[in-house]
Order: sequence, then C-alpha cells, then structure tokens
Amino acid sequence: MSILVLAEHHNGVLADATAHVVAAARQIGGELHVLVVGEGVAAIAEAASKLDGVGRVLVADHANYAHLLAEPTAALMAQLADDYGHVLAAASTTGKNVLPRLAALKGVGQISEIIAVQGVDTFKRPIYAGNAIATVQSEDTLKVITVRATAFDAVAATQSDDGAAIEAIDFVADNDQSTFIEEQLAESDRPELGSAKVVISGGRGMGSRENFQLLERIADKLGAAIGASRAAVDAGFAPNDMQVGQTGKIVAPELYIAVGISGAIQHLAGMKDAKVIVAINKDEDAPIFQVADYGLVADLFEALPALERQL
Amino acid sequence: MKVLVAIKRVIDYNVKIRVKSDHSDVDLTNVKMAMNPFCEIAVEEAVRLKEKGVATEVVVVTIGPKAAQEQLRTALALGADRAIHVETDLRVESLGAARALAKIVEEQQPGLVILGKQAIDTDNNQTGQMLAALTGLPQGTFASEVAVEDGRLRVTREIDGGLETLELTLPAIVTTDLRLNEPRYAKLPDIMKAKKKPLEVRTPADLGVELASRIKLLKVEPPAERQAGIKVGSVDELIDKLKNEAKVIS
Ligand SMILES: Cc1cc2nc3c(=O)[nH]c(=O)nc-3n(C[C@H](O)[C@H](O)[C@H](O)COP(=O)(O)OP(=O)(O)OC[C@H]3O[C@@H](n4cnc5c(N)ncnc54)[C@H](O)[C@@H]3O)c2cc1C
Ligand SMILES: Nc1ncnc2c1ncn2[C@@H]1O[C@H](COP(=O)(O)O)[C@@H](O)[C@H]1O
Repeated sequence: MSILVLAEHHNGVLADATAHVVAAARQIGGELHVLVVGEGVAAIAEAASKLDGVGRVLVADHANYAHLLAEPTAALMAQLADDYGHVLAAASTTGKNVLPRLAALKGVGQISEIIAVQGVDTFKRPIYAGNAIATVQSEDTLKVITVRATAFDAVAATQSDDGAAIEAIDFVADNDQSTFIEEQLAESDRPELGSAKVVISGGRGMGSRENFQLLERIADKLGAAIGASRAAVDAGFAPNDMQVGQTGKIVAPELYIAVGISGAIQHLAGMKDAKVIVAINKDEDAPIFQVADYGLVADLFEALPALERQL
Repeated sequence: MKVLVAIKRVIDYNVKIRVKSDHSDVDLTNVKMAMNPFCEIAVEEAVRLKEKGVATEVVVVTIGPKAAQEQLRTALALGADRAIHVETDLRVESLGAARALAKIVEEQQPGLVILGKQAIDTDNNQTGQMLAALTGLPQGTFASEVAVEDGRLRVTREIDGGLETLELTLPAIVTTDLRLNEPRYAKLPDIMKAKKKPLEVRTPADLGVELASRIKLLKVEPPAERQAGIKVGSVDELIDKLKNEAKVIS
C-alpha cells in the first residue's frame, strides 16, 4: 500500500519537518506521495518533489485551501485517502488540527506523535509527558499518524536533477463554516525552535520580558533559537510560540541551555532529548539539575552577562 | 445558548507515574486522579460565558468509570448546571470518546462544545477534532481567546508560528489551550451545592455507540533515563566544558 504525507509549509517555503516525516514514511515502506495543500504553492510542490524517496507530489492549490483550515483540508484528504494505507503529517499545530478530523471522517483511529516505526502497523509514542513509551498497533485498514519530527533524521534532497512527477488535484472542498481573519506571526531571524542546533530557554526566573534580552544576546552569539517555559509564557515574558514542553514545542538540539527554569516534567517532556543540557539556576535542588549534563548554581543575572562576555 | 463541556478524569499532573513491571500499562493503583487541566480551562470558559449572559446552560459530560463522577461533581461545583456520565470500564481512546460525545451533541443540541486540547495521560490531542468531523461542525482548536459576536464565534488559536484568528459558524467545537483563562477554585459552599445538581448516568449501549478501540496497546515501557551530569563551579568552567568536553560550541 502507498503512503501519503501532508507537506508542512510556512510563508511559501517547504518546512524542514516534511523531510523528517518522509523519513518516517520510508521506514514504513511503500510508494510514497506528498500532498501539498494551500494557495499559491507551486514552489513548495517543486521543493517537495526533490525529497529523496518521494514518488509523486499531489498539489491542491486553491483559495479555499489558504491557511490549511481544518474543514476543507480534511475533506480534501478524505477524498484521497482511499488510495493509501497510511496518511502521515508532522505533529505540528497543522498536523494536529487536521489529521484527527481526517481520521474521524474515515471512521478510523489516529496515532499521535510517533517516535519510532516498529512495523507497518506498530509504532512507539510517548505518553504521560514522555514518562512512559507506549507501543501501539493499529488494526485499522487506514492508518492516520502524526510524526514527531525530531525523532527521525530528515531525508536529503535527491541526487537526480528532475524530481518526482507533480500532479494537480482538481477537487475543491467547499467551506462555509470557517473563515480566516488574521494571524500574528512571530518574526525572527533566528533558527526555528524545532530544528535549531542550540536552544537557550528562559523560565519564570527571568523575571520580565525585558530580561529576555539577556538570552537574546547570547542567542546571537551562539546562533541559537530562544525558548521559554510555560510559566514564562503565562507571565507574558515570551510569546506562546516559544513554549517548550509537553503541550508546547518539542526540541532536540545539540545544546539546550535552561535558565531560571525549575524542570517540571511538563517542561522536560519537550527538551530531554537534547544531546547536551545545561542548567543555570540559583536553587541547587531544582529538578532541572537531575537531567543537566552541566549544572551551574548561580544567579542568572550574574551568570548570563558573564557568559555573554566570555563567548 | 447551551454549552456542552467534555471532561476527562486523568492522573493528577503533579504525580510521577510508574510503569507496571509486566509492561502492560502504567500503574494507576492508589494514584491521585483529577480533572484533566485543559478540561478545567474548558469548564472555566463555559462558566464565564454563562456569567456574561452568552450561555444559558452549561452541561458537562464524561465517558469513563464510575469514579469519574468525582470530576463531574467538581465541574458542577465550579458552576456547571448539570452533568451526564457515560459509564464504561473500557479503555476509551479518542475516537470512542468522540463517538459517544457526538451522540450527546445530537441529543442536547448545544450551540458550542468546549473540550481540552489534550488529555495529559495519552497526550492524544484528537477528540475535539474528531467530534467536529463526526458532527460536521467547524473547529477552533488550541484556543487562547473566544468570543461570540453576531451569532458567530471568533477564536484565536495558538499555532506554531504565533497566533491565528478564525471566525466559525455556530454551533462549533472549541478546544482549549493554556492561555484561554485561569480556572478558579471550587468554594466549599459550591461543593456542597454541587451534590444536589442533576447527574444523569448513561451507558454506551443506550447511546448506541461502540467504544472499543482498534488501536491496541501492546507494551508500555519507561523512557531511557538521562544520567545526571556534573555541577560546574563557574561560567569559565562551563564554557571550557562545552568547548572541550562536550564540543557543542566552538
Ligand atoms: C496541563 C499542563 C501543561 C503544561 N505544559 C507545559 C509545557 O509545555 N512547558 C512547560 O514549560 N511547562 C508546562 N507546564 C507547567 C509546568 O508544570 C511548570 O509549572 C512550569 O514548567 C514551570 O516553569 P518555570 O520552571 O519557568 O517556573 P518555576 O517552576 O517557578 O521555576 C523558576 C525557577 O527559576 C529559578 N530562579 C528564580 N530566580 C532566579 C535567578 N535570579 N537566577 C537563577 N535562577 C532563578 C528558581 O530557583 C526556579 O527553579 C504545564 C502544566 C500543566 C498543568
Ligand atoms: N473519556 C472522555 N470523556 C470526556 N471527554 C473526553 C474523554 N476523552 C477525551 N475527552 C475530551 O477531549 C479532550 C482531548 O483529549 P484527547 O484527544 O484524548 O487528548 C479532553 O481534554 C476532553 O475534553
């Protein structure tokens, strides 16, 4: 059976996450198609056609698909799904929004955020904020799955010049239920949290939004992305898109620096797969030190300027 | 407008879970249970809509074991008007829950349904989206702000890139994110009053739904443990370690 992967894209660019989902699909095995949904997405389809292992790219390009609203996107995918044994998407806010809706339209379950492929129908996924790993088996004929991008190494671009065939999908799903009004997107020249090599995150200990500038100056030097704990987001120190954790973003950088973060399990769920973890906290008993490779017991208002100076 | 709120009984978010030694599941014996935190936010939002005069009645529903009535009573103490318990001892996955909820929606005809974005036990993040599909209703997931205006719903959603605002026709399905509100605590007199509020018990059979999941749980294991590392004495030492030992900065 074939596999359909929903492409993740932002601002007219194919997102890195797609290459990670394609990698998971290749582990399942079989003919692999990528579906690009949106408005004005020709360049994204072109980029998707160059991913290693992709057999065909399907493109649904229409004003009704702008912003990938759940209602038309799931209706479109339900039209296509009968030709496939698996439908995969990144466990992004787009994938999480659309795929369960698709699954229910097809009367099947959904498997969320897999971290390993054990066979065509068997997968591993974290539960209880990553404090347990479940192995689950789907008895549904259609398997609808979201994939934790950081758990699979991205496929590269193909070596051949011409990529996979690109085919337009004519089906247009009507939508009189939901209307896009506006978006406020974080603008930043920094790397994306999900794929950054270095992440420096601040917690409640940062004390204010202004103090996050202490992290920014270090991020500039390290080429790092900036993250935050829930407490920092709730307090308004940082926007919601920076939240790392069980119910925020999952990161797996080479280096994660947690500053003024206590290390609640919900936060650890989002970052404990980092290769090296550094914690800076003035409380030597803070739980974050139990997962940190290098812990520095210090006042962050002294440690951060010193770090900045010496990098 | 009637507002329906779906709540789930889960392990308390502060409890550190243990995996059973036979790896069949996590061990929930004698573990503190509570209302899923995202469901508390859902109840709070519904109660606020009632306080604003937008909602006329708040109905809470759960699908689960007898003990889940504790969480329904909590919701009643927080301001819900009545409760529906769909009683089952099966392990209910999101699709099963959504199927039962779809039947309740058909019966109760709410103008708005609010769910949590994610149950913190399975971490599924599916039920609201599935309910929306099964009822043919629009969905506003991961909401950080909702407002009813001119018979439509404005929902601001927390997305990976920032925030997105949608307008949905009503009835609609909403799932809550952390920033939607800060739930209140139940006061003692309200807890007493809640004991007298109506709680109706239903069965999957009388709703005509099949709850059994086709996703089998084969095994549950503890995650790989991270070894605690060392404490460094100064910023100098930290930079030295990162450069020369871990080799993660140059
Ligand atoms: C349903 C649910 C979902 C959640 N999801 C998430 C999630 O996705 N991500 C997440 O992060 N959390 C999440 N949480 C919240 C989590 O439980 C914790 O409350 C949160 O992570 C705490 O954030 P914090 O460590 O910044 O704050 P605190 O726990 O308050 O820790 C602050 C730390 O800063 C230190 N500190 C203070 N001042 C200084 C200083 N001057 N110098 C050095 N150190 C200092 C203190 O010693 C302390 O350890 C969730 C909770 C729930 C209930
Ligand atoms: N058994 C259940 N009974 C009632 N509501 C549920 C149940 N399971 C899930 N829900 C609702 O769906 C939300 C998301 O759950 P899930 O999709 O399982 O992560 C929860 O926060 C609840 O609002």
